Amino acid sequence: MTHYLEFEKPLAEIEGKAEELRAMARASEEMDVDKEAEALDRKAADLLAELYKKLDPWRKCLVARHPGRPHCKDYIEALFREYTPLAGDRNFADDHAVMGGLARLGDQPVVVIGHEKGHDTKTRIERNFGMARPEGYRKAIRLMDLADRFNLPVVTLVDTPGAYPGKGAEERGQSEAIARATEKCLQIGVPLVSVIIGEGGSGGAVAFATANRVAMLEHSIYSVISPEGCASILWKDAEKMREAAEALRLTAQDLERLGVIDRIIDEPVGGAQRDREATIAAVGATIGAMLDGLDGLDREGLIQDRRTKFLDMGTKGLAA
Amino acid sequence: MNWISNYVRPKINSLFSRREVPENLWSKCEECGTMLFHRELSDNLHVCTSCDHHMAICPRERFASLFDGGVFGEIEVPETRPDPLQFRDQKKYPDRMKLAQRTTGEAEAMMVVQGEIGRTPIIAAAQDFSFMGGSMGMFVGNAIITAAQAAVQMKRPLILFSAAGGARMQEGILSLMQMPRTTVAVEMLKEAGLPYIVVLTHPTTGGVTASYAMLGDVHIAEPNALICFAGPRVIEQTIREKLPEGFQRAEYLLDHGMLDRVTHRKNMRDELITITRMLLGEGPAIMGDLPAPSPETEQQAPPPADTAPTGAEGSAEAEKA
Ligand SMILES: [Zn+2]
Repeated sequence: MTHYLEFEKPLAEIEGKAEELRAMARASEEMDVDKEAEALDRKAADLLAELYKKLDPWRKCLVARHPGRPHCKDYIEALFREYTPLAGDRNFADDHAVMGGLARLGDQPVVVIGHEKGHDTKTRIERNFGMARPEGYRKAIRLMDLADRFNLPVVTLVDTPGAYPGKGAEERGQSEAIARATEKCLQIGVPLVSVIIGEGGSGGAVAFATANRVAMLEHSIYSVISPEGCASILWKDAEKMREAAEALRLTAQDLERLGVIDRIIDEPVGGAQRDREATIAAVGATIGAMLDGLDGLDREGLIQDRRTKFLDMGTKGLAA
Repeated sequence: MNWISNYVRPKINSLFSRREVPENLWSKCEECGTMLFHRELSDNLHVCTSCDHHMAICPRERFASLFDGGVFGEIEVPETRPDPLQFRDQKKYPDRMKLAQRTTGEAEAMMVVQGEIGRTPIIAAAQDFSFMGGSMGMFVGNAIITAAQAAVQMKRPLILFSAAGGARMQEGILSLMQMPRTTVAVEMLKEAGLPYIVVLTHPTTGGVTASYAMLGDVHIAEPNALICFAGPRVIEQTIREKLPEGFQRAEYLLDHGMLDRVTHRKNMRDELITITRMLLGEGPAIMGDLPAPSPETEQQAPPPADTAPTGAEGSAEAEKA
């Protein structure tokens, strides 16, 4: 079952019709619907390409949150070998919104860390919809320390609506945990590359993405606040999320122009959810290329590279 | 010089423990009550065939299943001064020691060895729960320091299997002092950038948990292992409440952030190989049962140590040996 987004309704109709025709043809052998069905297919393909060529920022948000997109777990399973999850913050809990551990990218051992949203009701609750608590950031800090000690590159996959806004999370120091994770990203003397694969929600995202190289999938988003949140604060109307999404410059394309990210990974026509395998492969290739690009830098060089990169933020790009 | 002169050549010694075979040849699973035949249990790495309970396994058997071809070389631990406190409860401490030595066939509660796992040279140490509850006294402290020094000198990772009721009360304050001593040992490994992996087995409690067992780069526990500082009985007596099922067991600790993994004993070797090789930045391992290392690697004794473990009692005796 394809999960259609609101703006994909016309597409759903056409694809539905083609499917219906083919089902009828299967039922009675005399019917020849091939031509008709193929025409519908072409029409659907054209419409899909058209829709996705000019996705406005709000639609990008919807695509970035599409439940059918590959999630952190899918990337880890497909791209890495010998994935050995490591759990816990050595303090309070193991946060299932953050997954991470040792793994091999090709033969190279790395530490991989990412937000995982879950794929059905059960796993979404288990993963807290990808919203990490302080324990999640502290687990990430611990894993980055491990990587640093054993000279292993770190790969982070970002996909979170944001850090979890809960009472317990506040009591246990959500801000401190995010601050320390960001600080740790800047301190480690090993390559750190990050890919925003869906939602890059605010501090919860930057805690993993203060990296030497940051890539974004074509229809992912990265923002200081959700468009809904921004709309309700600045427009005093959560329904103004379209306007907010526009104003926030949260698309990969805008962020590349602004120099916040380094590269954009193309998605298949119709978004990552339409061809998960191709998307995962493209992300894998980009991770490899970003790591290769850092080859010449020693520990000091890597740390300096990140400092310079983030100190320079905002000094160039975009502006209308 | 201390442990070097007493370095024992690797041999397939593991299977022929001097340990006394229980007369009845049957043991009862403490979890489910099933009577288990001695050999069957041994073949199953001392995991209950009926309920999967992980029973205590002595260091020699543990190492036999851990190392390539079951081959490992023992590294001598500097002896300690016997009974410095002249301790006596219902029995004299030396008498308790003699009894433990007779029933286990071992000199003390920890064994340090070197060998290869998946063709990766490592140092390993394991605590022997059957020897006075694996309790941590000066000897166990020396063993951990020896293991760390050997690891540093040979540039190898250290894998430590913990199992202990806690500190050895018969050594009083000196057993407490093993907490900082073993922590220094862990620091030596960290300074040398060597992986330190702790495998926590049932039970790991008290001062042992509060020192070297909780300072690993990676913490793996065996299923359902009791891991705690204060034991459940003490807590229940203190708070006068019944504790929930599974409290302080491995799975509970995993949920509470203290462990990286909970791993069945039969998968432990493969997992240790995978993790160790990645931490060392080495390529993937050839998995499965490997024959013993070639004779050249086998006879490669550790290089001479510069120093005896700081404050190790009885290093003079070891020198004479
Ligand atoms: Zn049993």
